[in-house]
This record gives sequence, structure tokens and C-alpha cells, in this order.
Amino acid sequence: MISVARRELAGYFATPVAYVFIVIFLVMTGALTFTLGNFFARGQADLNPFFGFVPWLFLFLVPALTMRLWAEERRLGTIELLLTLPIAQWQAVVGKFLAAWAFCGIALMLTFPLWLTVNYLGEPDNGVILAGYAGCLLVAGAYLALGAAISALTKNQVVAFVLAVAGCFIFAAAGSPVVTNFLSTNIPQLADLARAVSVADRFSGFTRGVVSARDVVFFASFIGFWLFVNNVVLDHRKAD
Amino acid sequence: MSALIEIDRLTKRFGSFVAVDDVSFSVARGEVVGFLGPNGAGKSTTMRMLAGFMAPTTGTARICGFDVVEAPVKAKRQLGFLPEGAPTYPEMTVSAFLAFTGRIRGYRGAELTRRVGRAMERTQLEGVRLQPIETLSKGFKRRVGLAQALLHEPPVLVLDEPTDGLDPNQKHEVRTLIREMAPEKAIIISTHILEEVGAVCTRAIIIARGKVVVDAPPSVLEQTGRSLEEVFRILTTGAAA
Repeated sequence: MISVARRELAGYFATPVAYVFIVIFLVMTGALTFTLGNFFARGQADLNPFFGFVPWLFLFLVPALTMRLWAEERRLGTIELLLTLPIAQWQAVVGKFLAAWAFCGIALMLTFPLWLTVNYLGEPDNGVILAGYAGCLLVAGAYLALGAAISALTKNQVVAFVLAVAGCFIFAAAGSPVVTNFLSTNIPQLADLARAVSVADRFSGFTRGVVSARDVVFFASFIGFWLFVNNVVLDHRKAD
Repeated sequence: MSALIEIDRLTKRFGSFVAVDDVSFSVARGEVVGFLGPNGAGKSTTMRMLAGFMAPTTGTARICGFDVVEAPVKAKRQLGFLPEGAPTYPEMTVSAFLAFTGRIRGYRGAELTRRVGRAMERTQLEGVRLQPIETLSKGFKRRVGLAQALLHEPPVLVLDEPTDGLDPNQKHEVRTLIREMAPEKAIIISTHILEEVGAVCTRAIIIARGKVVVDAPPSVLEQTGRSLEEVFRILTTGAAA
């Protein structure tokens, strides 16, 4: 499992994917935080504007990572090699996921200048910031697991990307006022459910510095569920 | 127990299409089986099931006594498999790729280095060890796939078209390598090249429309007074010569 993850992670850095991803991520987070986020004008020493944008950036960037996870293995035929090596299939699934997750972790860590800036300018609550980062990482994990499962469905990377963005968007938007208001007036039974599965809703707790066990369990089961789906899909579709 | 590979009533259906139909045979240590058949006859499907990549619809196979359905990881440890087209990760260098497969197989440190070195030596890859695989020619890529299958010195080798795309010299080298390894291993190679069967195989199995139609040593097939090519054509198309 670790061997698979190591190879995958090295694979990101052997291609331009890693550098494009990291540069775009850093530029966008930086730009959005200081412009739309009014980082200076707010006059508060925290990273809330930054944390507000990260889930939405991940919405597009994470599917760009996951679209190739299985689709590429299928296209190259290496899936046949990987799955005939003496490891269980779930180890390959988890290994690939861990590599992508570690990669997102690296991208997040590279936003440290923001943290330095805010510490230089004022006295932020670093506990809250840490919780925010943990939340970002969990959101990335949730999107990655979902995107990886979708990638296992198709050989076509563009299809995998579009479906993964759509899938992530559903879970990101499920808790937004527009959706919940619409649901509570029309289908009230679904309104609570939508709020319960909303990745964005669960994330907002972290940005306030509240790390609740329920939210952590939610993300863990969300990731676990989609990795399980990934494994099942692979069982049925690997030879196509 | 001399049969290292036992294929037991293996069947694979895709919808209503029967790709592999009740195939049974076993391969003992020291045997090199040439697995022949027209395109689409079920060669690769049989090999994929044997390697644990595809689940059989019914029937099973055992490698060194380990059932590929019930104990897939144990069976895979005993197996060196070259998938069709010798797929490899294009951005990796030859030695990094071999080290990756070695690590998955549980080798570390000096043992890993030794095995990677040995596999590269046997397949004449030392000269390109630090080149990314995507920059290599077809023949080198095929040998990288072969090196990966030999790295752990498995008792069972399943090679899907090992000499496809190689030039005559490279074909000769691969065949020599297979003959050298033959005494301690059970080997199945699939091929379209009939002369190869005569050159390296101790036994030929011809498969057509998912069924085994011939299972005999190549010398016996040739004794019928026809060339191997004629025998192949008659058996797989049903045409009389």
C-alpha cells in the first residue's frame, strides 16, 4: 500500500501536473484572499477569507487530480499490471487515494506564507487556523474519494473530470441557503438530509475552530464510503 | 505435486458471449506451453483469469496449489505475469519502475538492489536503467515488462506475447532466456508466431472460439505431415487443406 502511494506521489512530481496544480492553487488562494477576501480591509488577524475560498477551489482542482487516477491506468493498460501484483485490490485503491491526499496536503502546506503574514500583522488564534487547515484537508479527502470512485467508472478523463466536478458540487452546495430554502418549502423531508451531507456545512465548523467528533466522523465515513464504492466499481469495470 | 499451474474448467462469459469455454489443462515444472489461437479466441482472457486480473464466471485455476479466486495474493506471489502489450508507467525510469514492483513484492534495501540489477542484467537493460520508459523503443519496453515478471524469480511465468514487436536478435535473446529458465519453471507463452512454438515450447495448446482444440507437443503436430501453420489453419477455421 505504501509502495503504491510512494510511486503515485513520485508520479505527480514527474509530470507537469503537480507543478501546475500547486502554482494555480497558490496563485488563486493568494489572489482571492487579498482581493475578494478583503484580507487587509477586514482588519482582523485570521485566515477566514482564505478558508472560505479553499473548498471552492478544491471543487475544480481536486477533480483535475482524480480524473487520471484510474482512467489513466486503464488507458495505459497498467491497471492489468498493478492488479496482478501481489496486493489486494483495496490496497491499490487506498494507496492511490493516500498519495493524492498527501499531495493536497503538500499544496496546503505551501500556503504557509499566508500564515506567516497574519502572524506578523497581528496575533491570530493559531488553534483556529490549525483547525481550518485540518478542515481543508478533510474536504480535499472527501472530494478525492468521490472523484477517484468516478474515475474508476470511465476510461475518458474529460468525462471523469466533469462528473467529479458535478458530484463534488452537489455535496458542496447541498447545505447552502439557496438549496435548503428551496427544499424546505418544497420537499421538507430532504432539507435536513441535504444539510447533513453537505461538505461545506461540515467544514464551516472547522473555520470557527470547532473540531467536533461528529464532523470528523462524517468526513471519515464519507471518504470510507467512496473508497468502498471505488473498490466495487473496479471489480466490475476493470477489464473494460 | 508436479503441476505448478492447474486450470480447472475455466469459463468466462461477457453477456451472452462465451470468451473462454470450459478450458482445463495443467502445466508441470519444466514445461513451456505455447498458447496459440487466432485473435479473439480467448488467449488473453484465459491468461488474465490465471493472473487474477479477471474473475472467472465459473471454474478456477491454481498456481502452485493456491487458488486464484480464493487466495489471490498468495497465487500472485508465485507468478510472473507479462500483460498483453507489456504496459509500464511511461514517466518512470527503468530502475525506478523495477524497484517499485520489487518493493510491492516485499524486497527492501540491498536485496531489492540486487534483484533489480539481476533482472536488468538478464533482459539487457543496464544501458538504459536511468532513462524514462517513455523514451525507449518498443523492444526495450517489452523487455522492461519481462524484467518485471522475472524480478522475483517466480516458479510460474505467464507471458502474453513476449516477443511481439522485437527485432530478430531480440527475439532470439528472449527465446534463449526462456529456454534457460525452463527447467525450474512452468511457463505459458501466448504467441502468433508459429515458429516460436517449435523453437521454445515443449507443448502446444491451440484454442479457438474459447475451446481447447489441440494439446500436444509441437513435434507430434508436425508428424501429421503438415506444417504447424497448416495444422493451425485447419483447426481454427475448420477449413480442410
